[in-house]
Amino acid sequence: MAGSRLQRAAFGVAVTGAYGLILAPVLAVIVISVFAQEIVSFPPTGFSLAWYANAWEKREFARGFATSLQLALAATAIGVPLGTAAALALARARLGGLRGALNTLLLGPLAVPGVVAGTALYLFYVRAEFWVDDDIKGTLPGLVAAHVLLTIPWTVRLVLASLQGLDRAAEEAAANLGARPFTVFRRITLPMLRPGVVAACLFSFIQSFENLELTLLLVGPGRTTLPVAMLNYLEFRVDPTLAAVATVQIALVGALMLITDRFVSLSRVV
Amino acid sequence: MGTLTLDAISRRYATTIAVERVDLDVAQGEFVALLGPSGCGKTTTLRMVAGFVPPSSGRILIAGRDVTKAPPHGRDTGMVFQSYALFPHMTVGENVAFGLEMRKVARAERDARVREALRLARLDGLADRLPRQLSGGQQQRVALARALVVNPAVFLLDEPLSNLDAKLRAEVRIEIRALQQRLGLTTLFVTHDQEEALTMADRLVVMERGRVRQIGTAEALYERPADAFVAGFIGRCNLLRGTPEAPGQFRTATGALLPRLPLAAPAGSVLALRPERITVATEGTGLPARLMAVTYLGAQTEYHLDLAGTRLLAIAPTPAEGDPRRALAPGDAVLAHWDPAEARLLPAEPGDLPDDAT
Ligand SMILES: Nc1ncnc2c1ncn2[C@@H]1O[C@H](COP(=O)(O)OP(=O)(O)OP(=O)(O)O)[C@@H](O)[C@H]1O
Ligand SMILES: [Mg+2]
Repeated sequence: MAGSRLQRAAFGVAVTGAYGLILAPVLAVIVISVFAQEIVSFPPTGFSLAWYANAWEKREFARGFATSLQLALAATAIGVPLGTAAALALARARLGGLRGALNTLLLGPLAVPGVVAGTALYLFYVRAEFWVDDDIKGTLPGLVAAHVLLTIPWTVRLVLASLQGLDRAAEEAAANLGARPFTVFRRITLPMLRPGVVAACLFSFIQSFENLELTLLLVGPGRTTLPVAMLNYLEFRVDPTLAAVATVQIALVGALMLITDRFVSLSRVV
Repeated sequence: MGTLTLDAISRRYATTIAVERVDLDVAQGEFVALLGPSGCGKTTTLRMVAGFVPPSSGRILIAGRDVTKAPPHGRDTGMVFQSYALFPHMTVGENVAFGLEMRKVARAERDARVREALRLARLDGLADRLPRQLSGGQQQRVALARALVVNPAVFLLDEPLSNLDAKLRAEVRIEIRALQQRLGLTTLFVTHDQEEALTMADRLVVMERGRVRQIGTAEALYERPADAFVAGFIGRCNLLRGTPEAPGQFRTATGALLPRLPLAAPAGSVLALRPERITVATEGTGLPARLMAVTYLGAQTEYHLDLAGTRLLAIAPTPAEGDPRRALAPGDAVLAHWDPAEARLLPAEPGDLPDDAT
């Protein structure tokens, strides 16, 4: 008895410690964002919302926010349908020996460091700009194309997991009741995949919205994402303005997760 | 409404033959059960009829129309799946309406037919629930209602009762049979539970390793099994290997000489004798035997006999108290008797007898 109580206590400490470790930086950022002084030190000399006002006045943050939002929405809107289709093909189509290769190709980007992929894309874009005789780097389409590479693997992974738990008999039952293959897909398969697809939208959006490494080389003047704008700011100044921006970002992502969780229980699909 | 004909259908996989040249005619309104041990090809046969598995060879006719190449949605079969396969995101009412919607039945008629189907399946008042809010038995009835409401030419059921508890299973068995008869549905039913098949079906198809061993009514299969496998599979049966000896005798492997049906049709090397057709007595006529064990089962008593080294099981209604047979105990000498007409010679394939393995 004593042993098991000790074990439970140790487990509790370990869990609390792990959560503390994960959440400490987030909490620190939020707390720092309301410190009054410029150079972060303890104890704070006072509290103020001045840094939020400063972030608002720096137009590069607002513009970066708008770009990131557009980018994340576009990359999600393109990547999730493509990734869902790819997951369906991986799970269902007769691919034979191709399946393994396709699987690696689709999930591969998850394993490539963002800076590497970003550099490769940069070099490719430079080449491609010659062929099409137009700008690609620093344009929204160029960024969207790059970020679709982030959203597809996440979608494939999440939808594939949903597909594996899907009851094929329900699809057969629909066909048996007279539904043609496309009707079966639209009325049965897709609704049953909904939790996976919703989760894929959420993760795709977040991945794109907060991506720095892949994006770093691909932004251009006047086309900067929020994470890149924050990095640029950091090169000149270190004050709690960044913490204020980060807090807004955290709030947005947190709100998105809460809203999504109301539609599908996230803990069940991820 | 319609008939179903399987014309020599086979299904081969890379390493197995799941179904081999199965012929079957199901008449309009008839209830036929496919019965056999696990892996004998029952589900594969049913899925070929529904169109989910293409036959390797042979033809399938529904209501006289060759549907061998037709897709599942063009076959007009109504299938009840073992897992029920309800649409989890649709209410009970939407589940049941789905087939009518696919058939483009007008709204008003659709609603009326759904209501009627729910009433028949005793689901009134549950139309707005989601499947996960129902008990197993209710889900099962939704699956039934959903398949029946479209009035399919052929009604297909794959072990629909296997997820229900014993009491519910007995009830639903009767309900399905009553519905099937009331609606005059041509039905193919898969089960590996022989009691289920015996109580529900007009005719039974006994399958084994992909082949049909015998087709017939419950009585025909029990009284006149075509081979040792069917005799052993339907009910309990003493199956003894040995050699027939004229006239009307059979020598078992241990040398015991047993009386048998004098006619040698069908010829074979296994003597089949139902345990309840053997009478055990303490005096009178019969073959001397030694009692190995007595098992009291309330209404019945089982007697395990040793007849010159050959084991025989006899089952009899438990004798009244005071009857000398009531006092029988292991080791006692008894007399075993049966009408030679009850002891049939049957053909057997390797593996047909339970003790073939040893
Ligand atoms: N897709 C498949 N690929 C290979 N073999 C298969 C396939 N489907 C079925 N089989 C084989 O065919 C045989 C018949 O299978 P089937 O599912 O029809 O048996 P069953 O009579 O329904 O058994 P059970 O009572 O266990 O449900 C089995 O040996 C099975 O392993
Ligand atoms: Mg089966």
